[in-house]
Amino acid sequence: MAVILVLLIGLPLLGGLAALAAGDRRPQLVRWLSVVVLAADLVLALTFWGRAPLLPADGGGAWMAVLKASWIPALGISFQLGIDGLSLLMVLLTILLGLLSVGCSWSEITERVAFFHFNLLWILAGIMGVFLALDLFLFYLFWELMLVPMYFLIGIWGHEKRLYASVKFFIFTQGAGLLMLLAILGLAFAHRRATGVLTFDYFALLGTPIARAAQMWLMLGFFVGFAVKLPAVPLHTWLPDAHTEAPTAGSVVLAGLLLKTGAYGLLRFAVPLFPEASLAWTPVAMWMGVAGILYGALMAFGQKDLKRLVAYTSVSHLGFVLLGIYAWNALALQGVVLQMIAHGLSTGGLFILVGALSERTHTRDLDQLGGLWAVVPRMGGIGMVLVMASLGLPGLVNFVAEFLILLGSFHSNRLPAIFAALGLVAATVYSLWIMQRTWHGANERGWRIGDLRARELLVLGTMIVLLVWFGLWPQPVLDAARPVLARLQEAVAVAGTLPME
Amino acid sequence: MNGSDVAALAPLLALTCGALLTLLAVAVHRAHGVALGGALVTLVAAAVCLPVAAAHPGPVGFLLVSDALALYFQGLIVASGLATVLLAHRYLAGRAEQREEFYILVLLAALGAGVLAAARHFASFFLGLETLSVGLYGLIGYLRDERRAIEAGLKYLVLAAAASAFLLFGMALVYAVLGTLDLDRMADALAGAHGDGLLLAAGMGLVLVGIGFKLALVPFHMWTPDVYVGAPAPVTAFVATASKGAVFAVLLRFYHGLSVPGLPGLFTLLTLIALASMLAGNLLALLQHNVKRILAYSSIAHLGYALTALLAGGAAGYAAVGFYLAAYTVTILGAFGVVTVLSGSDREAEDLQDFRGLFWRRPWLAAVMTGCLLSLAGIPVTAGFVAKYQVLAAGVGASVWLLVLVLAVSSAIGLYYYLRIVVAMLSPVPDAALETDPPAVAGPGPAAGLALLVLALVLLWLGVFPAPLQSLAALAAAGLPGLLGQP
Repeated sequence: MAVILVLLIGLPLLGGLAALAAGDRRPQLVRWLSVVVLAADLVLALTFWGRAPLLPADGGGAWMAVLKASWIPALGISFQLGIDGLSLLMVLLTILLGLLSVGCSWSEITERVAFFHFNLLWILAGIMGVFLALDLFLFYLFWELMLVPMYFLIGIWGHEKRLYASVKFFIFTQGAGLLMLLAILGLAFAHRRATGVLTFDYFALLGTPIARAAQMWLMLGFFVGFAVKLPAVPLHTWLPDAHTEAPTAGSVVLAGLLLKTGAYGLLRFAVPLFPEASLAWTPVAMWMGVAGILYGALMAFGQKDLKRLVAYTSVSHLGFVLLGIYAWNALALQGVVLQMIAHGLSTGGLFILVGALSERTHTRDLDQLGGLWAVVPRMGGIGMVLVMASLGLPGLVNFVAEFLILLGSFHSNRLPAIFAALGLVAATVYSLWIMQRTWHGANERGWRIGDLRARELLVLGTMIVLLVWFGLWPQPVLDAARPVLARLQEAVAVAGTLPME
Repeated sequence: MNGSDVAALAPLLALTCGALLTLLAVAVHRAHGVALGGALVTLVAAAVCLPVAAAHPGPVGFLLVSDALALYFQGLIVASGLATVLLAHRYLAGRAEQREEFYILVLLAALGAGVLAAARHFASFFLGLETLSVGLYGLIGYLRDERRAIEAGLKYLVLAAAASAFLLFGMALVYAVLGTLDLDRMADALAGAHGDGLLLAAGMGLVLVGIGFKLALVPFHMWTPDVYVGAPAPVTAFVATASKGAVFAVLLRFYHGLSVPGLPGLFTLLTLIALASMLAGNLLALLQHNVKRILAYSSIAHLGYALTALLAGGAAGYAAVGFYLAAYTVTILGAFGVVTVLSGSDREAEDLQDFRGLFWRRPWLAAVMTGCLLSLAGIPVTAGFVAKYQVLAAGVGASVWLLVLVLAVSSAIGLYYYLRIVVAMLSPVPDAALETDPPAVAGPGPAAGLALLVLALVLLWLGVFPAPLQSLAALAAAGLPGLLGQP
């Protein structure tokens, strides 16, 4: 079983190289190759679905498979991957959005197709690596590995201000990443001081006794690394630029997946590794979440560029994730997992829709658009569903997620939860604003454009089916995540009672 | 000198004999191919001699020592010399009238650098340094009909002579106080410290000035950008790698030898130099538009990183120094290799404009350059990442937090100018350039192509499987007295 973990990451890496080898002259071959590779990956990942956790002797916990191999023994670094319910959900989301990204760039990307798909597949491999890595060095490696192809994706195939956006994206995330690297090293050396062993093994580092002040600094190193990616206000300024300037597939991957790596990092590493410091940090983080929710919504409402608007809604939605993570109770954490999936699907869908729209109209300016429902009714209908998902209409998964998060955080800290609930109102405003400005009103410009094609309908339809399905029946997701979340909570609870130096 | 001494010095002897034989061969039959062949055979022979010398470790006479550290750095120097001559072959064919002496000068400079790596006495330190410098004067000003090259050569000559004067004066002062020029005895004399502390500090300070100049550490870095730009690209590669690596070996040996008895203020002084180098190097590079100048300032910062590892100290820190310099050597050789290959017969491809659209014009070269830049920036799967990681790990392990934090912050600043070059390579090809420039059909040539390919592969290899080189670097560091068995 454990070998499959290597294949999950290895297949897209090899597929990317194969795409390069196939070359720009056979774009169809490259596209189908990417589809086949990702489909194979999906099948591999699905073999873990519903699998019972390992026996305690083999690693135990909620882990379904763990792989460990020696890599750089001199520095205590091993090649260690593992999958549990949370990782599996994230990996499935990665592959799914990867497939949809290939689908939505089918006609948008016509230049340097091979290199584009190479970058796309390598980003996906890097992201899956982040979700699977259990050695902190390896984790950091994957964390950085996904940046370079993403940088190329924005910098080569992006829109007008792509170079500025790509450099800003890179410097923000890399700079924060370096702080995280320092924190990882600090943690490993603290562990060495305590036990005499230098290791980057996640399991070994859990529960490392660290002095309170040092724990705070190390936790902040991790927090900044993840909060930039998430993004948490005020570290979000790279996001609107990067999302707006990226090609559609880039925006989908950025919003749907890259941001989730930040949330995943907080869940898996920042809180469990430094429970006490995280507890002390909780009020700040929760208010940062609330600030993100309200600020993102407010900024979204002020945008004229449709894509930038959608980008700011991400800031708002991920604010809920931050709030929920630091509420750290069962309800909120389940909401967080659902919110990650819901946001990946709904915002990803909106980006694809905006991409399809601007591919036809060559504009994303809300002043130019309007009255498109009559021209492209299918696009309008799908837009309607996605927008409703974004505003949290009951029946769609976003509602369940945000409701759980608000419920959970209300239990742990009332005031932030109350303010966060205002975000739902703001979301309604900007979501209806999108509908109003784009689809309703008079078609002053006299747009005459083609409606969605079968391929686009398939891509967007998949997302909508999933949004509705998990909205009505979120149980499979919750079941998959629950044991993991329980374990994480347990670990933190146990560590929190340890005597501190 | 007995048989085992000869074996211990085999790499240096190979370089000496090779240089002389090549000189004779060229005197008899002046041909580019003969000189290149002579240089290649010599360097390969020197490389082959390294394991032979490794079997006979220990001091050779009172001037030199052939230990793991010396051999490690000699290996780097030989590798850098090999890459330099391979890269230079086609470049010289297009640019220089007299090509043959270039190779002999490279061999001589490599010999000087090799002696430096093995020096354990102020006399051999100075001899090695001068042999290296004399070779470099010739190399930097090699293109005699170019004003910039002459200017760079002259500038280097004057400043290096001044630095040598400082160095000699410092050595004299140290000798006056301690009564010895031998490193080991110096440490002993320091341990029983008596005599004039001020005079000793002045002497050591002056020696440090000399070393700082050669390493282009702030505030002795002024010459670097001009010399980097003026010198022919392959020579710049050699100056940046072999020359700095060798002097760093000396610094490592002396720092370790003298920090054990505890020279007051040495640590603080070097910390200040390291901080200034990292910050100034990266900040000044932001303002440049010339790729060679960018790399020059970036090299100042990189030596600051290496100094951080040195100051972290201990076996881990010294091993990190060794690994860092190896990764840096490979990366810089690759970067200047691309500059060399891109240079036309009339001028160097050094402006950012020359790199515009390189990805679409010459994808392989652009890929190699990108790999090198990412390695300099310390992005994973490249040698530079593992190297920087080790430096950070050593720093965190030794709790030199200020240095480590400044390293992290200044590397984030550094990203910007590395990415600027990448962005230029990604930009659309400028139409004007297409009209004026002749279509660059000429490939890198087999020699330079081979060198670039090997460098790129090594770059990736070290990024993915660093363990073998790490154990070599650890071995080199463990050879220093008092470090065996330390974690």
